[in-house]
Amino acid sequence: MSNTPLLQVRNLHTSFFTDAGEVRAVNGISYNLDAGRVLGIVGESGSGKSVSAYSVMRILTDTGRVTEGEVLFKGEDILKYSPQQMQKFRGSRISIIFQDPMTCLNPTFSIGSQLREAIRIHTDRNREQVQARALEMLQLVGVNEPEKRLKQYPHELSGGMRQRVMIAMALACEPDILIADEPTTALDVTIQAQILELMQSLQKKMGMAIIMITHDLGVIADMCDEIIVMYGGKVCERGTADEIFYNPRHEYTKGLIRSIPRITEKHEKLVPIAGSPVDLLNLPKGCAFASRCDHAMKICLEQQPEEVWVNDCHIAACWNNVRQMMQEEKDGENA
Amino acid sequence: MSEYNPNVPPKKRPFSLQLDVAKFEPATDEEKAQREVMRESTTFFKDGMRKLFRNPLAVGSMIVLFVILVTIIIAPMFVPYSYSGMITVNGKRDKSAKNLPPFTYSKLEQEAIDAGEYVFPHIFGTDELCRDYFIRVIYGARVSLAVGFFASLIVLVIGLLYGSIAGYAGGKTDLIMMRIVDIIYSLPDTLMVILLSVVLDQLLGQSLQNTVLASIGPNMLSMFAVFGLLYWVGMARLVRGQILTIKNNEYVLAAQAMGAKPRRIIRKHILPNCMSVIIISTALQIPSAIFTESFLSFIGLGVQAPMPSLGSLANSARQALQAYPYKMVFPAVGICLIVLSFNLLGDGLRDAFDPKLRK
Amino acid sequence: MELTERKQKERQLLWTTAIAIAVFAVGWFTLPVLSERILLGVVLVLIAGALFFTNDTGRYICKRILLALLTVFIIAAITFFTMNAIPGGPFSKEKAPSAAVQAVLEERFHLNEPVGKQFLLYLEGLMQGNFGISTKTGREISTTIFESFGISAKLGGYAALLAVCLGVVLGSIAALNRAKAADRVIIFFTTLFVAVPSFIMATMLLLVFCLQLNWFPIFSTENQSYVLPVVALMLSPMSYITRLTKTSMLDVLGQDYIRTARAKGVKQWLVIFKHALRNALIPVITYVGPMTAYILTGSMVVESVFTTGGLGTKFVQGITNRDYPMIMGTTIFLATLMVTATLLSDLVYKIVDPRIDFD
Repeated sequence: MSNTPLLQVRNLHTSFFTDAGEVRAVNGISYNLDAGRVLGIVGESGSGKSVSAYSVMRILTDTGRVTEGEVLFKGEDILKYSPQQMQKFRGSRISIIFQDPMTCLNPTFSIGSQLREAIRIHTDRNREQVQARALEMLQLVGVNEPEKRLKQYPHELSGGMRQRVMIAMALACEPDILIADEPTTALDVTIQAQILELMQSLQKKMGMAIIMITHDLGVIADMCDEIIVMYGGKVCERGTADEIFYNPRHEYTKGLIRSIPRITEKHEKLVPIAGSPVDLLNLPKGCAFASRCDHAMKICLEQQPEEVWVNDCHIAACWNNVRQMMQEEKDGENA
Repeated sequence: MSEYNPNVPPKKRPFSLQLDVAKFEPATDEEKAQREVMRESTTFFKDGMRKLFRNPLAVGSMIVLFVILVTIIIAPMFVPYSYSGMITVNGKRDKSAKNLPPFTYSKLEQEAIDAGEYVFPHIFGTDELCRDYFIRVIYGARVSLAVGFFASLIVLVIGLLYGSIAGYAGGKTDLIMMRIVDIIYSLPDTLMVILLSVVLDQLLGQSLQNTVLASIGPNMLSMFAVFGLLYWVGMARLVRGQILTIKNNEYVLAAQAMGAKPRRIIRKHILPNCMSVIIISTALQIPSAIFTESFLSFIGLGVQAPMPSLGSLANSARQALQAYPYKMVFPAVGICLIVLSFNLLGDGLRDAFDPKLRK
Repeated sequence: MELTERKQKERQLLWTTAIAIAVFAVGWFTLPVLSERILLGVVLVLIAGALFFTNDTGRYICKRILLALLTVFIIAAITFFTMNAIPGGPFSKEKAPSAAVQAVLEERFHLNEPVGKQFLLYLEGLMQGNFGISTKTGREISTTIFESFGISAKLGGYAALLAVCLGVVLGSIAALNRAKAADRVIIFFTTLFVAVPSFIMATMLLLVFCLQLNWFPIFSTENQSYVLPVVALMLSPMSYITRLTKTSMLDVLGQDYIRTARAKGVKQWLVIFKHALRNALIPVITYVGPMTAYILTGSMVVESVFTTGGLGTKFVQGITNRDYPMIMGTTIFLATLMVTATLLSDLVYKIVDPRIDFD
């Protein structure tokens, strides 16, 4: 594949400038996304996964700013777009759905009016066509009685229904990329599965790429082609889903996988990751995870781990991984 | 998987990094612990107080209120004039001391000064009845502040009791109690104050004479009565709402499960948790009461003369506005300063203590 | 299941209609005045509506109107009975200026009847727009009210309109320029204005702009300059609305649905004016009721200061003269206005914010 990827994020840094100081939420992440692929970004609260997505959409709050790096969409840097260009870009090329469908729809406008607005901004359909498209989208995302729903207000719908409406709104203009920012976190477990299934089937139908942001590795296990694990605003590890799950190299990823409940292993205890997330106001030198890491070494506290290729489709930034690889190499030489 | 971008650093082999092997030793717990940035542990109260004292407006208004309070307590001790009587020079009533500008003396006083006596200056001048204006403004501020405090106290006590009973009892009791509140709430309070003042003025006017209450007058009593009858509903609603949210918390259920009596639950669990909201609302009630008092004084339903209040002083200054505009300024600035300070203090308290604003 | 429920409901509806018709028929023959019969009919229809409307909004509207009618009734009752509690009654002989008036009063108010009957007769008069006769001037109070209300309505109308428009605009500006110069200036002045009672504001404006600078003439029948009274009346509610709008605008701008709108690609100004402002205005709408009350009571003071001769002036005159029928009539009239304003703002609130559900 020699042609440029759909979306390239290079060395992205985002900070929030608050009264207390600069909060460095994202500290240099890079990834590529090809058309029609599903990329998962995993990390706990405050790991910078949502902020990195908002940076791509340029919908950060007033205090947030991208300080470094570039975001290339089909080779063009969208960070250099004018506000007008950006406004046309959002929703038509990249769409986003958010975590909490309860608060993401405007309570004072009907579902229909919000959906039609999304369609009208980016297309020059006339009234009837817009209405027809809105209906079509609601049917597509599996909302029952779509005609009635269009007239209803958000508070009259359940959480799952609202998330479906959000998806319909995001996909109304057939974007190339859909960013899903923890789309199932606020929903019941049964609804979670439905929404994930819906997104998978829509992806097959419409062929858009998806960036799936979640704190729950289990949720995206069988959905993603590629997974990025983030901690403290940095990429810990990235690689194919298989590599991440079956050959994790970063201690944090290992911890995450240990903390997924499994039904197959009956008497295994769930292992939580001890400690609390890193303070983004004063980032420590060395590895951000070191103080919570069971296998932390002296070097971890002093030096940032570098990204090292484990194999062709797996990168990890962990000194333990380096040590392990050095060991393997030595063993190889000795043998 | 997709091919990685050629711009991303090329594949690194571990040995190419040239690392110090000695550092690949497990770190001790102490070393790790150094990394954990310890956040100071604070209590809700401490944290709120710190926030409050960092707010310059709140601190400023506290200082202003403190200065006003100290002044109105101390000033009558060394100012040798009374708020109700004419100025006397050597035991004689001084009829020439009428409408003096600030820091001037009447003829009689001037003669006394010339004779080597000490006459305390009239800091704000005198009024049309030859009374020292400074001491009247001081007493006016006393009355206004007292009215504010007592009115808020009445509102607090009644609202707290009513609201906590309604909120705690729930069900039918709550429904009926809150319907009553709804109806009272919809009555226009200022009009009711006026109405009751007019009536109580007539009803109480005679019976009050020769009692302790006579000096504050029937109008003030009726104002307190109205606060007791009408203004508490806002507080009652607030308290009830707070209690309803807190009541369903697990720790209250736990206390109930352990057999705690309702009184104990209200006192130990519910009140401390809605205290901040109640205190803030009380702080903001004081300026509103002062406002009401000054309004009543203005339309002639204020404190009983000769007792001054800031509102009645401003009202009487209005009559001679063109000739003596400064007489308007002193009580007006007094009211504005007190109300402003309480407003700012209330805002500061809310910013510091309201759980809804905390992040 | 559903079928029986529906049948039950139909039966209930039938019974209610029958009872309502019966009550109405009895009322039609017993009630002497046409307006009373109409009122009875309206009340019955509203009760039926509150019980049987399938539409949420419809039920809510019926209930609110009923509550408003009840409130007006309670106000009238309080006014009448408190005034009757005054020794000698409101229309006692010593208050009447002349025997002629006394005779008219006797006849008009049926002073020999029991109090309950008197109250009913008074209510009957009210419903026909008859507020009684002033004991001081001997004129019909309704004439005085309707003559002078024109000025007050104009004054209050301008003040309310300006307060809302300017307040919303300034509040939005402050919110969108948070922590910048514009925000600080706006918040500084609005904080100040909230703390100034309207009579002090009015007096100061009069002093500075009329008497000292001579920019505006003093209010008279030939020279009706509404600028100063409107400004005096408007500043405080405007400041309040500004602060309210700023707070709620900031709150709304931080909401998730604003982020959604931006992510959809809605233009920046449309995000603010369509998505944010509509939600931010909800608290402002709820303030319209209290604002009307504030402006109506404030106008008593401001009109007295500027001597505009409006209803406020007449009311304050009535209080000074202890003109009880005048006080009663004006109180009921103003209270009705306030209740109506609250009712309207509640109804608009319900329409703008579909989330509100009223049991």
